[in-house]
Amino acid sequence: MTTHMTRQDRLARIEALAEQRILILDGAMGTMIQTFKLEEDDYRGTRFADHGHPLKGNNDLLVLTRPDIIYGIHEAFLQAGADLISTNSFNATTISQADYAMEPLAYELNLEAAKLARKACLAYETPEAPKAVVGSIGPTNKTLSLSPDVNDPSFRAASFDEMVTAYQEQTRGLLDGGVDFLMVETIFDTLVAKAALYAIAEVLEERGETVPVMISGTITDRSGRTLSGQTVEAFWNAVRHVNPWSIGLNCALGPNEMRPFLAELSRVATCRVSVYPNAGLPNAFGGYDETPDDMCHTMTPWAEEGLVNVMGGCCGTTPDHIRHIAHAASHGKPRVAPVVETALRLSGLEPFTAAA
Amino acid sequence: MTNPFSNFVIVGERTNVTGSAKFRKLIENDDYTAALAIALQQVESGANVLDINMDAALIDGVKAMTTFLNLISVEPDIARVPLMIDSSKWEIIEAGLKCTQGKPIVNSISMKEGEAQFLAQAKKIRRYGAATVVMAFDELGQADTVDRKVDICTRAYNLLRDKLDFPPEDIIFDPNIFAVATGIEEHNDYGVAFIEATRIIRETLPHAHVSGGVSNVSFSFRGNEPVREAMHAVFLYHAIKAGMNMGIVNAGQLAVYDSIDPELRERCEDVILNRRADATERLLETAEQHRGKGTEKAATKDMSWRQAPVRDRLAHSLVHGITEFIVEDTEAARLEADRPLHVIEGPLMDGMNIVGDLFGSGKMFLPQVVKSARVMKQAVAHLLPFMEEEKQRLGTQDQADGKVLMATVKGDVHDIGKNIVGVVLQCNGFDVVDLGVMVSCEKILEAAREHKVDIIGLSGLITPSLDEMAWVASEMQRQGFGDMPLLIGGATTSRTHTAVKIAPNYQGPVLYVTDASRAVPVVQRLLGEEKGDLIAENRADQERARQAHLAGQDKRPRATLAAARANAAKLDFTTPPPKPSFIGTRVFDDYPLEDLVPVIDWTPFFATWELHGKFPAILEDEIVGEAARPLYADARAMLEKMVAEKWVTAKGVIGFWPANRVGDDIAIWEDEGRSHRAGTFHTLRQQMIKSEGSPNLALADFVAPEGTPDWIGGFAVTAGHGERERTMAFKAANDDYSAILFQALCDRLAEAFAERMHELVRKTHWGFAPDEQLAVDDLIGEKYRGIRPAPGYPAQPDHTEKRELFRLLDAEAKVGMQLTESLAMLPGSSVSGLYFSHQQAEYFGVGRIDRDQVSEYALRKGMDMREAERWLAPILAYDPTVAAKVVVEA
Repeated sequence: MTTHMTRQDRLARIEALAEQRILILDGAMGTMIQTFKLEEDDYRGTRFADHGHPLKGNNDLLVLTRPDIIYGIHEAFLQAGADLISTNSFNATTISQADYAMEPLAYELNLEAAKLARKACLAYETPEAPKAVVGSIGPTNKTLSLSPDVNDPSFRAASFDEMVTAYQEQTRGLLDGGVDFLMVETIFDTLVAKAALYAIAEVLEERGETVPVMISGTITDRSGRTLSGQTVEAFWNAVRHVNPWSIGLNCALGPNEMRPFLAELSRVATCRVSVYPNAGLPNAFGGYDETPDDMCHTMTPWAEEGLVNVMGGCCGTTPDHIRHIAHAASHGKPRVAPVVETALRLSGLEPFTAAA
Repeated sequence: MTNPFSNFVIVGERTNVTGSAKFRKLIENDDYTAALAIALQQVESGANVLDINMDAALIDGVKAMTTFLNLISVEPDIARVPLMIDSSKWEIIEAGLKCTQGKPIVNSISMKEGEAQFLAQAKKIRRYGAATVVMAFDELGQADTVDRKVDICTRAYNLLRDKLDFPPEDIIFDPNIFAVATGIEEHNDYGVAFIEATRIIRETLPHAHVSGGVSNVSFSFRGNEPVREAMHAVFLYHAIKAGMNMGIVNAGQLAVYDSIDPELRERCEDVILNRRADATERLLETAEQHRGKGTEKAATKDMSWRQAPVRDRLAHSLVHGITEFIVEDTEAARLEADRPLHVIEGPLMDGMNIVGDLFGSGKMFLPQVVKSARVMKQAVAHLLPFMEEEKQRLGTQDQADGKVLMATVKGDVHDIGKNIVGVVLQCNGFDVVDLGVMVSCEKILEAAREHKVDIIGLSGLITPSLDEMAWVASEMQRQGFGDMPLLIGGATTSRTHTAVKIAPNYQGPVLYVTDASRAVPVVQRLLGEEKGDLIAENRADQERARQAHLAGQDKRPRATLAAARANAAKLDFTTPPPKPSFIGTRVFDDYPLEDLVPVIDWTPFFATWELHGKFPAILEDEIVGEAARPLYADARAMLEKMVAEKWVTAKGVIGFWPANRVGDDIAIWEDEGRSHRAGTFHTLRQQMIKSEGSPNLALADFVAPEGTPDWIGGFAVTAGHGERERTMAFKAANDDYSAILFQALCDRLAEAFAERMHELVRKTHWGFAPDEQLAVDDLIGEKYRGIRPAPGYPAQPDHTEKRELFRLLDAEAKVGMQLTESLAMLPGSSVSGLYFSHQQAEYFGVGRIDRDQVSEYALRKGMDMREAERWLAPILAYDPTVAAKVVVEA
């Protein structure tokens, strides 16, 4: 039962829906894939049987070699009630794929990841329940604000320009594959995110398109800062120039630890706010312990207090978690963005506001 | 009263090279540690935003901006504040934006080049996520009146809003603060114009801000800090009242309006607000009383020489190598002179002549002279802009005494000696064009023509450079350089080599120069009336050297290779050779420098400076002690900083492999199976006639033959990562003394590293001498078991063996060491070699070898005979250009 919505039509319906209720984003891709215990041969398939580099762990490659598994995960989250499905393209940049000597595949991985998510969404979409594809754009495995060489703090493993080039290619692949949103997510280093946002702006300008952009940063520990040292408000000041569709937090922390930073972001952000925490902090075996019930319990007050517009799950969250998070969301109303005084808002690691 | 600064954004200005000479010098010297300290001080003093500007002639702005911002971003105490990326060059601004994770301010853009460029830049700024300063500057120039300021800002505001939807709160106008009280009447209203324009801009352009560089206003009172601070406070007081809400100021030095001396404050106010015609005169009067109150320093040294006339002060600074006052004194001399050139030709050259006389008579030594040269260079650097300006004004061209081109030839990276010669020549009034290191022949000759030099000087340290010099000579001949003199110098060059191998290639004069002190008289004579005599003398000399060389060659009989091999050393391998603790390579990334300092061999360090004698006795030497002591003190002080601030990184790689002697070669095995070769070291055998019982040695003799397991080691260590950059920075700051000192210390550290590593190898990694207890002197005296010969040195004079060594060690990938085409090691301060463990292994010299060995050696190495002869040229016992005698068997 497919519909034939255009992207504009679908976005309009999503916008309208977002006025009425908290939208549900899907759950973890990586930890779901882990449950299949795939082996080297699964990753290789026939096409890459002779690739000269181990491929196990290259989850983004599965859209080509095990599309059945990825499609199945998308389906499971749609059945659990997700409105927004993220593409399996978190590491599909030339920079991250270099680990597997698969740089030339970057564009194709994004294209296919987007098509696969689109196919799944079309299968579940109705005019009343639009299902949107969110093009996932990860942080890569490099930083621009930190030096990997302790002896040379001025050294950088990659340049801003290299990042922009890689992200442009990823953006083109996702757009050609038909995504509705682009989401720069799991931001450890705001400068990398700025490179991604710069790349998106360039590509959209060259194509003459407008596509809503979601941004989601990662607070790495209870200090309330990103890995590169920014506070939540400093991070918001540094990316707000792109007028994002939403800003939010994900990964690294469970819902309990994330709460104060979510509250801070919710106070300052003038666009929608999203949140998708891990299923708790990783345990001694690298697994995640919070049950669907736990998460539902912790996240229900967020909905009740109107802190968020979009909720979902990150590492360790299963379709059952998403079902429970959707239940938590149903207890509240979507957040209404505050009216913030016009002022020059700058940031270093910390925010600075110059009163007008 | 409320604090006027409470809503005022303080932009710290001290991290700006155009406004702070101190910061500029730090950046020029690559002293980013100290530069970061200034940034931190600004933040701690209350700067809300940090202004970073790298616009200076001697600074690569893009690189400096990138490096500094990258460094800031990992310093949380500095990085917490937003940055203002300040440059007049767009590419520097963009480089800064690419390193900034927060939201910064760009300073600045304007409509100077028209609307299109202005909008294009503003759009990019928005895309990078920054706010921007817009200067009141348009196609006609900088706005100086109220109307022009307001008109330009309004036009810019409307463009940004209408064309780009640029957020108005992200626009900061700089309506230009200009200097007042300059004595020019038109300037008197500049303060008022800024304040009035600010008022209108803030009223009519919603949400936009007004900023400015405050210290400009007091520019005419440079040197009088108390008055400048008062002017800034007064100016800000009125400008902030009018709506200025951001300013680039010295965050640590904001005076409070109320606490300024009332009389001074009133007179400043008269000037800033242009309240009376004689305001400037009256402030000048008051200013004198306040001069120097702010920054008095206690003088501890004897400063009586500062009372002498400027000419004597300059001479004093030159002779004593004091840079502290040189710019001030040079400027004073310039104001007295008709032309800036006269300062050089007059007092400065007089001073340098005293230095030259003292040097010539042995009362000053090289390190002191190089310090004098540093003072001279800084004086000249101060005068250069004035001379340039004069040249442009008058369209004249000055002639120096003579121009000498200097270069280290292609493939070679060593330049300490060349730098010293260059400095000494400059001290004596010669213009030196220094092309640096690894300079190709064509570049040398092209530069010689372009700069119309009088003499070319070539330098090189490693033997392959000798060939390159001969090549340059032959190219000079082919390209018709006529009779331009060619000077040859450097550690491996010699009188004989110059006479035999280089001079015959060129009809012009080719002269060998032993050291720096010889360079000056040679150049002086070549450019003077005695030129003909010197050249004739030199030719006769070289002819004799050639005859002696030919005669000498025939007299030395050589053993045949077969006979020499029969007389090889037979070492005792009945005790099984020791096995290393590991097989393969091990990397020492960032070896602690402090561990190297105690094993430094200082004697060669002094030799670099032409101070000869053994350390530490040299410090007490009656003649050179006086020069050696301060040099040693300077060296120690710099060494301490090098270690503390990690100016260089010591990296090394060592390796051990199963090995056996196979003929005169050493087979390197892949594993203990000893069936597959991982590589081969080729060695050369002595062919001199030996007395009874004394063997003809080759390094291969020190390794057990097949059947007895043995091992060999190799190493490549460097203390040169970071060397080149800092040397360049010192030179750019006209500080050759520090540059040479630094390079000499890097060399010493590399040698010390080789020494220390060898010790660790003997005690631990190979471990055949675990209980060795040797003092530093004994280490230097090589009183240990085993040897570490280096390719290119007497026991293995063939540099090409380094290729095999570097390949086996994977030295390029592991520690970033490379070989040039002449097999010099990069970085320059590097050492490599082989380790032999046998008790009876000893250092020796191969000496001259004959054609039979060379042809066999070439065959073993798979090298063309002529190529082998080229690499082995310095040790050939025969003339390769004369065909071998063919013995016809009857």
